[in-house]
Amino acid sequence: MRTSRPIMLVEDDSIDAMTVKRAMKDLKVSNQLVHLANGEEAINYLHSEDNHKPCVILLDLNMPKMDGFEFLKIAKSDAELRQIPVIVLTTSREERDKVESFQFCVAGYIVKPTDYKKFVDAIRTIDLYWTLSELPCCVA
Amino acid sequence: MRDCKPILLLEDDTVDAMTVKRALKDLKVINPLVRVGNGEEALVYLRDDNNIKPCVILLDLNMPKMNGIEFLRVAKADEKLKRIPAIVLTTSKDDQDRLQTFRLNVSGFIVKPVDYIKFVEAMRIIDLYWTLSELPNSEQESLNANIQTDNACRR
Repeated sequence: MRTSRPIMLVEDDSIDAMTVKRAMKDLKVSNQLVHLANGEEAINYLHSEDNHKPCVILLDLNMPKMDGFEFLKIAKSDAELRQIPVIVLTTSREERDKVESFQFCVAGYIVKPTDYKKFVDAIRTIDLYWTLSELPCCVA
Repeated sequence: MRDCKPILLLEDDTVDAMTVKRALKDLKVINPLVRVGNGEEALVYLRDDNNIKPCVILLDLNMPKMNGIEFLRVAKADEKLKRIPAIVLTTSKDDQDRLQTFRLNVSGFIVKPVDYIKFVEAMRIIDLYWTLSELPNSEQESLNANIQTDNACRR
């Protein structure tokens, strides 16, 4: 990533979270990965002044307590949080989920490849793009 | 890009627009490039139901009549247009521009490399990312527009 700020991963499945962590390690992505298990935990983390704001948020859609859409609804109506790019990382290929996510102006919607090598390729592309792109500078 | 819909480019500078066109050609990106000179023209294009909605919007910031930020304010408040990913492609390194555009939910902010080889590399990464990422299929679009898209894919 362009900055050294953490990458936030909102994912309820611990195996999937470990796969993301492993792929980032294999790709030598040096940003710290902050893993939260659902939208509610993510909002609490983001609202706490003590935490560094992430450079990007990788978001699963189907999660207990607060799912990805509910998270987007809150984050994208918050003047400070709305500027952090959110990339959906899901198994859902449902057209409805895609349209709804893009209505919240997500900065990407990636269907998780089941094959690990392809998964690493996907994370590599995400890293390449968000290294090329500038990131919002003034997030505290 | 993941689908064959056009790429909409908002760029007032003819030479810069030609550079984008040339880079896409060199990268063998098959999506047609629709170029408009400012934000106002872009809104006219996007709101005309006879036109296929683009898969992504690449936009410059400094343009006459309606600049990039003014365009984003309108497009990102429009229920039919807000879902189209908008990527800033600019020479501006201004922090204020970056902050304002990310608040308006852009899906990337890329400072144009002056060197052509580096510019092609930037366009390659944009194409790679938006081929990996799914894109929203507009439900409201007419069947007619879908047929046009299919035909565009076959060309």
